[in-house]
Amino acid sequence: MIRPRNLCRRAALLLALAAAVAVSAADFDYRLQPRKLADGAYAFIGAREDFDTVNGGNIVNTGFLVGSDGIVVIDSGPSKRYGEQMRAAIALVSSRPVALTILTHHHPDHMLGNQAFAGTPIGALAPTVAGIAADGNGFAENLFRLSGDWMKGTEVVVPNRTLQPGRQQVAGRWLRLIALAGHTHADLAVYDEKSGILFAGDIVFNDRAPTTPHASIDAWLKALAELEAITREPGFVALLPGHGEPARDAAPIRQTREWLLWLRATLNKAAADGLDMTEVLALPLPARWASMPLAAIEYRRSVGHLYPAIEAETLAHAH
Amino acid sequence: MRLTMTVAAIALAALMSPVDAASLQETGDPLASARWEDMRRQFFPPEARVLFDPRVKVTAPPLAENPMQVPIAVDASDLSGIVEVVVFADFNPIVEVLRFYPDAAPAVLGFRIKLQQSTPVRAAARTADGVWHVGGTLVETTGGGCSAPSVAAASPEWQSRLNEVSGRQWSEGPNAGRLRLRIVHPMDTGLVAGTPAFHLEEIEFRDEAGTRLMRLRTFEPVAENPVFTLQQAHGGKPVIASGRDNNGNVFTARIAP
Repeated sequence: MIRPRNLCRRAALLLALAAAVAVSAADFDYRLQPRKLADGAYAFIGAREDFDTVNGGNIVNTGFLVGSDGIVVIDSGPSKRYGEQMRAAIALVSSRPVALTILTHHHPDHMLGNQAFAGTPIGALAPTVAGIAADGNGFAENLFRLSGDWMKGTEVVVPNRTLQPGRQQVAGRWLRLIALAGHTHADLAVYDEKSGILFAGDIVFNDRAPTTPHASIDAWLKALAELEAITREPGFVALLPGHGEPARDAAPIRQTREWLLWLRATLNKAAADGLDMTEVLALPLPARWASMPLAAIEYRRSVGHLYPAIEAETLAHAH
Repeated sequence: MRLTMTVAAIALAALMSPVDAASLQETGDPLASARWEDMRRQFFPPEARVLFDPRVKVTAPPLAENPMQVPIAVDASDLSGIVEVVVFADFNPIVEVLRFYPDAAPAVLGFRIKLQQSTPVRAAARTADGVWHVGGTLVETTGGGCSAPSVAAASPEWQSRLNEVSGRQWSEGPNAGRLRLRIVHPMDTGLVAGTPAFHLEEIEFRDEAGTRLMRLRTFEPVAENPVFTLQQAHGGKPVIASGRDNNGNVFTARIAP
């Protein structure tokens, strides 16, 4: 005999169990499927979303190249689980050893899978290595909050190699490591000459509003010009943006540039008009960005990141 | 007395839209904060009349990206006869943010604050009749703003630029009469181990004839390198901003249109 109150309690318990089963049924499986961009060049394409407990932080693109002497991994993803699943998915394509993991920049969605590649060379530009050492734990803490249990066991692994920019052979493939800045203080793009694939990192976003927590728009625009020049080379085949679909042309570069120019012009005008930050946040987005995922959210974030410096420039020293 | 006030409230309600009248209330915190009763005791005498009043508008982003620099705008200019406005955040380790006293300037002020966690941010405007009118909004943040060191604490730059003021007045366009200024100051809260509280305490704005536009008392939660936005009823004249911090460092700056 079950009294009503117990019934309620039992129902609640069952519901809780069902919820737990539903989560574990997902098994924290990112379902990573390598997409072939060209011979020996692959990508894992993340969702054009913000971090949450459903996507587990799989909002980012990573990639790998199969060389004659091993695998070159480009970015390790947002968590230990992602890194492990990525490494397992790579092993299904090629049994060659991981020769080098290249990190495009120090943001957490690109480097918190490093644990899965521990014991193999993990490299980044010197300021990126320093950035991961300084801010990595803070970033990881934030992702534990945003992505929940997908992050379980994730710890920061600081790269054990400092990469020099320039043309170099890695695992039997000729790579151009292009040192840039703008999305962060150090952004590394990788151009694989044989396949004609450009791994652009977060210098390029495709149909997903760019993020700007450490951005310098002027430097970013220069970086875009440098990458656009590569897309005009005869050997160019496709580019992989840091977020969004790969593209066979420079359209995502132009779109990222258009967003940054609009953002800079909007903030400059707001500062010149004397707007308070709360008023800048309330400005309506133009229609052209209406269909861009995360446009409103990233605009508001960018106001917080960029407006203080821009408004300071419009205020004259007073004695 | 009570009756007079009720009549006054009804008369007031009649002047407002039905929605506004419904939200003018003495009990029932619209933001449903567990801390409201504590706030009521801390900021208002027991006998004072305290009304939740939508005419006191507090604007802030619902989700604050940077807890060290949360932008807040207070506009109580729909009320007349405001003597004092106090701004506080229920769940901050230091609750009181600032007070301002609008004299010749309307009760409008923009600024930025540090928040430690998600909290209501409220402004309470006292009118000449002694009634407190309370408005507010919820701000969600991941926190750390009050117990994280200031950026300045890590850099020696502020020492040579302390209390340096930059500012501008707008005399044309939609924001004519607007005054904005930025003051270089670390605004240390004292909550970071080894760094004592060090913050601006008093700022005054006067015209050159000496008429006071607004007086401001600032506390620890005001963000580092504070930026203030004021609106003057009649702009177009130079404004003298002067102030001091809790270590006795003073500044005076002239901001011409």
